[in-house]
Amino acid sequence: MTEKKTPLHAEHEALGATMTDFGGWMMPLRYTSDLAEHRAVREAAGLFDLSHMGGISITGPDAGAFLDHALVGNLSRLRPLGARYTMICAEDGGVLDDLIVYRTGELEYFVVANAANAETVLGALGERAAGFDAQVRDVSADQALVAVQGPRSAQIVREVLTEDAELSGGTAFDELKYYASLGMRFGDEAVLVARTGYTGEDGFEIWVDAPHAVALWRALLAAGEPHGLVPAGLSARDSLRLEAGMPLYGHELDTTTTPYDAGIGRVVRLDKVSDDGTPVEFVGRAALAARRESAPARVLVGLRGTARRPARAGYAVVQPDAARADGAVGPQVGTVTSGAPSPTLGYPIAMAYVTPEVSAEGTELAVDVRGRAEPFVVVPMPFYRRERS
Amino acid sequence: MADFPANLRYSVEHEWVDDATPATVGVTSVAAEALGDVVYLELPEVGATIEAGTVIGEIESTKSVSELYSPVSGTVVEVNQAAIDDPAVVNSAPFGEGWLFKVEVTGTGQLLSAEEYAQHAG
Repeated sequence: MTEKKTPLHAEHEALGATMTDFGGWMMPLRYTSDLAEHRAVREAAGLFDLSHMGGISITGPDAGAFLDHALVGNLSRLRPLGARYTMICAEDGGVLDDLIVYRTGELEYFVVANAANAETVLGALGERAAGFDAQVRDVSADQALVAVQGPRSAQIVREVLTEDAELSGGTAFDELKYYASLGMRFGDEAVLVARTGYTGEDGFEIWVDAPHAVALWRALLAAGEPHGLVPAGLSARDSLRLEAGMPLYGHELDTTTTPYDAGIGRVVRLDKVSDDGTPVEFVGRAALAARRESAPARVLVGLRGTARRPARAGYAVVQPDAARADGAVGPQVGTVTSGAPSPTLGYPIAMAYVTPEVSAEGTELAVDVRGRAEPFVVVPMPFYRRERS
Repeated sequence: MADFPANLRYSVEHEWVDDATPATVGVTSVAAEALGDVVYLELPEVGATIEAGTVIGEIESTKSVSELYSPVSGTVVEVNQAAIDDPAVVNSAPFGEGWLFKVEVTGTGQLLSAEEYAQHAG
């Protein structure tokens, strides 16, 4: 398969990025150092190209009712310019993708899907739209998405974008709340700015028409440089989201996982009702209602390493066996879904699905790190939480 | 193409070894760049007998883990504790402070000159 390139591809090459295949796209893995990029986001700001994400426009009189049927969340109740983290599930309750949905107008929504799942989501939405007066349109190729993340991001965005009363929906940029959006202007171009992100820091995601992506990228780099902003790749993005305890599709989430398994059952709105007050029979509702009432077979937990070797995705979580001085591994009680040395915290962190009996905070476990048991302990997530001013 | 120190010899697995006695072993700048930021080193212990071409340790970066092969056979006489404590020196100075261990050499595997290695790595 030939990897797709974002409108910012030449910028990444000019910056000397190491590129990698991600979800069928050629994306920057790192520009210089994973750790430096990670730290810049925690301490100043980082600039990310996220144009590989799928963008799907939903319009029409039934747009809200359609999304209530197609997704697990209550999108018809989302206020205009609000954003929501939600999921699209199969009939059996398995997660097809996790999504961010923006309400861009009274009868307009914008659905952001993971790159690797964009086709699946588009197909499922198309099927589920039958009987609704709503249009589903893939606008991924028309749009680029860049994210400015980090404590200095608001200052940087303010220097590059201008407020526009016609686009803003009455919201001032300085009053933009987390998980809300507004229209702004980049030169003459309208852009959509959302206070969302995947790093655990304050930050903004900016949708721009593809032909203006390069100019916006360069303007953000130039304005951000005095603030300590650096371009940041997917490697830093992954370690940032892991510290923030955020799931990644293909790791913590997949078609065999329900939102409840992943500990984010709050996104499932079994109580949502249509305008006439009747319960909404959304796709996956029956299976998810049953799943909520049953005891889970496995639980997603955070693990903190008490030695130095990090656990990686796919490694077995095992019972620690104190009697075995050779460090050999005990019986398996779970599987690591994501793991890395935490750049901010300085010790290994991981997420893992484990059996409920060993999921309590403080439980001492071990991970089979290439044949040797390394000690880990169950800790609450997120691993890292920013200080809020 | 990168320049590699001419006084060293190189393995195809991206380790280098000098001609001193005992010989110092490290990984090349090519390996360091491919790995990303090195965060953990597992090196053979002092006194261990190692064999050229076999796995004798691990180099772990933020994103991945790689096996460390020995370019020479012999007995380990010293390990770089400073690099174990702060593996970032493997990235910042792979041919210098980021050396890994020293060996009393009894034999070598197939080694390349700097020029040959540059072609291999190119």
